[in-house]
Amino acid sequence: MLKFFRRKRSLQLFSLISPGGLWILLFFNLPLLIVLFISFVERGRAGSIKLPPVYTLENYRQLFNACSSQFSGPNCDPFLYISIFGHSARIALVVTFWCIALGYPLSYFISRQKQVWRDALMILVIIPFWTNFLVRTYALKEVLATEGLLNSFLMGVHLINQPLDLLFNEFAVNVGLIYGYLPFAILPMYASIEKFDYSLMEAASDLGAPPWRAFLRVMLPMTLPGVIAALVLVFVPVVGAFITPDIMGGGKIEMIGTLINRQFGVSRNWPFGSAMSLILMLMVLIGVTFYFRSSSEETRRAM
Amino acid sequence: MTNEFAVEMRDVVKQFITPEGGILAAVNHVTMQIKDGEFFSLLGPSGCGKTTSLRMIAGFELPTEGSILIHGKEMSQVPAFQRPVNTVFQQYALFPHMTVEQNIGFGLEMKGVSRSERSRRVSEALEMVRLPGMEMRRPKQLSGGQQQRIALARALINKPEVLLLDEPLGALDLKLRKEMQLELKTLQREVGITFIYVTHDQEEALTMSDRIAVMSKGVALQIGKPEEVYERPANKFVADFIGETNFIDGVVKEQDGSAVEVELAGTGTVCVESSRTFTNGQPVSVAVRPEKLRLNSEVQDGNNLTGRVEDVIYIGTDTHYGVRFAGGQKVRIREQNVNQGYHQLSNQGDEVTVSFTRNSPRILTD
Repeated sequence: MLKFFRRKRSLQLFSLISPGGLWILLFFNLPLLIVLFISFVERGRAGSIKLPPVYTLENYRQLFNACSSQFSGPNCDPFLYISIFGHSARIALVVTFWCIALGYPLSYFISRQKQVWRDALMILVIIPFWTNFLVRTYALKEVLATEGLLNSFLMGVHLINQPLDLLFNEFAVNVGLIYGYLPFAILPMYASIEKFDYSLMEAASDLGAPPWRAFLRVMLPMTLPGVIAALVLVFVPVVGAFITPDIMGGGKIEMIGTLINRQFGVSRNWPFGSAMSLILMLMVLIGVTFYFRSSSEETRRAM
Repeated sequence: MTNEFAVEMRDVVKQFITPEGGILAAVNHVTMQIKDGEFFSLLGPSGCGKTTSLRMIAGFELPTEGSILIHGKEMSQVPAFQRPVNTVFQQYALFPHMTVEQNIGFGLEMKGVSRSERSRRVSEALEMVRLPGMEMRRPKQLSGGQQQRIALARALINKPEVLLLDEPLGALDLKLRKEMQLELKTLQREVGITFIYVTHDQEEALTMSDRIAVMSKGVALQIGKPEEVYERPANKFVADFIGETNFIDGVVKEQDGSAVEVELAGTGTVCVESSRTFTNGQPVSVAVRPEKLRLNSEVQDGNNLTGRVEDVIYIGTDTHYGVRFAGGQKVRIREQNVNQGYHQLSNQGDEVTVSFTRNSPRILTD
């Protein structure tokens, strides 16, 4: 029996792939198809969908024209949802930028330490992963709150007289997201930078390149796969984030994630939520495909 | 101001902090003057300070003490990118993300040379290293020898005042290395640029250099032409490191002008010419090259000692004999196999005479 099994290579492969494959099929592909289906039908009265299903493109139309719904009032902004998409993309870009801008020098710094220190510092970077994300976000909220750690400190040393409004705005959302996703940026960039051969910087310097030009012309292009990996790993989850904007924005900052979350919650509009999810997924997919196409083999390996 | 010396190191010290917290002097008070247009080699075993010296000339390391001058200008604190020197690195350090053309043109790009001018000079440089038409290749697509030439072209295209080479042939196989040695030497004569060449291979240094600095433990032990360093080594380390040397320990018995009589315990007395003055009873080593010893062909007015053959090794061009004297000292003798079909002068266990002239050995004390 075992012998037969070993001889049939295809059978062997099948047996290796099938558990994971089945899992993905059942819990990813199938639900995705359900979401696709829901996005093309009318909503039911008490949430869920109307049965028997009535097919419609209204959910997608609503995305591009927020006033197409019969419930929209006279002050309705037809581009509301588009602007939320734009807003989310902007926050995601800002967060991605800062994660890379802060993470790159840090990765560089860590990679230049002795082996023992490198490992210790990387563990410090990874430790937050072991703490519940919600707990971390609430802790950060306590730091930024009106009577929180930062304001108390600044008032205590008489740098300010009035507490600063640090919470429940876009700034807070950005800080929360940068804090949460920085390790995702550091890990791939560190992997790239750690492999970088610094004798190439000496060669550049030897050939007359001042440090900044050597960096731009040699080190940055060679560590770019790590940067692109960081970009994808941060941008994709951040653009759809909903817990952090909810907690740090205090319900005042709307992002795609919070919007979708609401469709399945209080708004009870599953079909519209599904349509937005799919559009978001499509956008991310196009973006990532574009990056993979334009980037090299190394990028894919860095991922 | 024109200066006779391309590079001068004046009492240069470079100290590193070791991982244990101690201080290591990688280069310890080195002074050397490298003439313009010279092929100068820094030779020594690993850890002798030759690479550190080169890196200080390149500007990758700054000296702890002392000064480094390039064509008379103080350079010891000038960063690498502002120095008129270029380096060929041991592992070539070609930029893997750039084409051959971009690699070679990098120095010109940094100087702001136009794209068209750059491309013209790159193809010239490729002609010079005999790799024309390689512009669009990537370093990964080239063999070790080709990469080596690209690294050379990348450095030479900038017309540096001094070219620094850090064991550039170390990664090549023996045959290619021999070819490249001659090629480098020819190239150096053609371009007329001062080459400073770091190597641990004494044969390579002897073959290529105009002058050699033999280094050990951060100190330049001897600086001279290849024949000086080989024929008149300053001390035992140099004699041992460059070529093969027999050291026969003895005690000075008497000195009469330049003729020194050395007593070899249990074996006899030899008479050797030396310009140095010794005191009677001083322990010394008589250092003599294996090829300067003759087997069973007595030298008149020279030294003839009796011993017994312990081993015979035939290596094609030569045959090596190991002979032990009555006092226990052992020497190796190299006889060239000039006669066809007859190679062996004596067999293991034979009693033989080992002869050498008065001026072929050196008397060394340290």
